[in-house]
Amino acid sequence: MWVRSTMAYRTSFLIMTLGNFLATGLDFVAIALMFTHIGELGGFTLDEVAFLYGTTSVAFGLADLVLGSMGRLGRRVRDGTMDTLLVRPVPILAQVAADRFALRRLGRITQGVVVLGWSLARLDIDWTVDRALLMPVMLLSGGVIFGALFVLGGAFQFWAKDASEVQSAFTFGGTTLLEYPPTVFGKELLRGVTFVVPLAFVNWLPALHILGRPDPLGLPAWIGFAAPLVAGGCCAVAGLAWRAGLRAYQSTGS
Amino acid sequence: MRLYAAVAVSGFKRYATYRVATVAGVFTNTVFGFILAYTYAALWDERPHLGGYDLAQALTFVWLGQALLAAVGLLGGGFEEELQERIRSGDIAVDLYRPVDLQTWWLATELGRALFQLLGRGVVPMAVGALAFELRLPASPLTWLWFLLAVALAVCVSFALRYLVSLASFWLLDGTGLSLLSGLLCLFFSGMTLPLNVFPGQLGEIARALPWAAMLQVPADVFLEERRGSGLLGAFAFQTGWAVALLTAGRALQAVATRKVVVQGG
Repeated sequence: MWVRSTMAYRTSFLIMTLGNFLATGLDFVAIALMFTHIGELGGFTLDEVAFLYGTTSVAFGLADLVLGSMGRLGRRVRDGTMDTLLVRPVPILAQVAADRFALRRLGRITQGVVVLGWSLARLDIDWTVDRALLMPVMLLSGGVIFGALFVLGGAFQFWAKDASEVQSAFTFGGTTLLEYPPTVFGKELLRGVTFVVPLAFVNWLPALHILGRPDPLGLPAWIGFAAPLVAGGCCAVAGLAWRAGLRAYQSTGS
Repeated sequence: MRLYAAVAVSGFKRYATYRVATVAGVFTNTVFGFILAYTYAALWDERPHLGGYDLAQALTFVWLGQALLAAVGLLGGGFEEELQERIRSGDIAVDLYRPVDLQTWWLATELGRALFQLLGRGVVPMAVGALAFELRLPASPLTWLWFLLAVALAVCVSFALRYLVSLASFWLLDGTGLSLLSGLLCLFFSGMTLPLNVFPGQLGEIARALPWAAMLQVPADVFLEERRGSGLLGAFAFQTGWAVALLTAGRALQAVATRKVVVQGG
C-alpha cells in the first residue's frame, strides 16, 4: 500500500530515489576527493576503501529497506497511534516495518552495488573458494546485524519515546565508521565495535580476510566466518529487547 | 517586532521541552565527531597542512561541524517539515489570513530554535571534543563574538534556502524528496563531509562560492581565525549577500505561490 501511495507523487518519488542514490554517492565523492591528496589512508588504497564502502553500503541498504521505518516508532508511541497497530492481528514488528515502507531506499543499495562493483573490477583479489563464499555471507549477515540494531533502537523507543537519534548514532554512525579502514581508528574503538556492538562483523573482519590483510587487533583470520553466528546472536538480543519493550509499552491514551 | 521576538522565544521553549531528544542528539553528534576526528587525523597524518589547516585546526573543524549541525540545520529539520505539511493539508490558507508576515514568522521561530540547539546540542560535543583532542580555540575573546555573528548569519542563509525548498511543496505537493536532496547537497557543499578548502581546483572554487559555504565553512574559518581584518569583513559580506538574495527570492516565490493557493484552497 505504501508503495502505491508513494507512486502517487511520481516526481517526488523520482527525486527521492535520486536523492538516496546521491546521498551515499556524495559520501563516496568526498572519500575520492580525499584521495586526490593522498595515495593511502591508514595504509589502504582507494580501491580497498571503495570495497569497504560498497560492502557496508549494501549491508546497511538492505537493513534500511526493510526496517528503516523503525525510527518513526517513537512518534507513534508519543501520539498514541501505536494502539492501532496493537489491535490488528498481524505481528507488530511487521507492521512497523511496513509503515511508510519507502521504495526510494533502493537508491542506497544501487549506489552501494555500483561502488562495490567498481572496486571489485579494480582490485586484484585472489579468489579462493572460502573468499568467494564469504562475500555473500558478509553482505547478508551485515544486513542482519544492522537490522537487529534497527529493531533494538525501535525497542528503546518504547521507553525513551523521542530518542530516535541514539539509533542513528549506531546505524548511520556505524556505516560511516565502516566506510573507512579499521587501521584509522584507535584500538579501544576497534575493541568496542568488535566485542560490544559487533559492527566489525558487518564488513571489517570478513573484508580483511577477502583483501588478505591482517586484523589490527590480531584476531585469527577465520573470525570473519563468525559473522552469521554474530548476526544470529544480535537477532536474539534484539528480539528479547523488542518483546520487553512491547510489554513495557504504555499507551498515551490520546 | 515584539511579536516576532515572542515567536522566537516560543521557538526556543518548544525545543527546550524535548530533553530526551536533545540528549540523544548530543550523543549522536559526539559519536560522529569521534569517527570523523579519527579519519581526519589519518588524512592530515598523510598530508600535514592540507588545505592550509594544521591537524589541530582540522580536528576543530570536525567538532565545529557537529556543534553547528543542529543549530544551522545542515541536515534540514526545524520548521521545514511543519511548513510542508501545512501546505500539503491546506492549513497554510489559515496562516495567510493572519496579520503577520509568513516568512518573518518562520524565520523568528527558526532563530529561537537555533539558539536553543546551539546551547543544547552545540556546547557539550564541542567540550567533549576539546577534552579528547587538541583543538585550536580562539586566542582573542573578540573572535568568539565574531563567530556568534557568523553563526547567526549562517542560520539566516540556511533558513532562506530551506524556505525556498519548502515553498516548492505548493507545486510538488509532497516536498519530502526535495528536502532530502537539499539536505544532502548541504552536507556536501557546506564542508560537513570534507572541509571546502580541501576540495581540489575548480570544484573547490565553485563550492566556496555557493550559499552552502556560508553555513559551515565561513563560520568555521572565523572561529579558526583564518579570516581576520578585511577577510572578516569579506566573510560577513559573503554571508549577508547570500542571505539577502535568498530571502528576496523566497519572498518572490511566496507571492507567486500565494496566488496559486487561493485557487487550490477554493
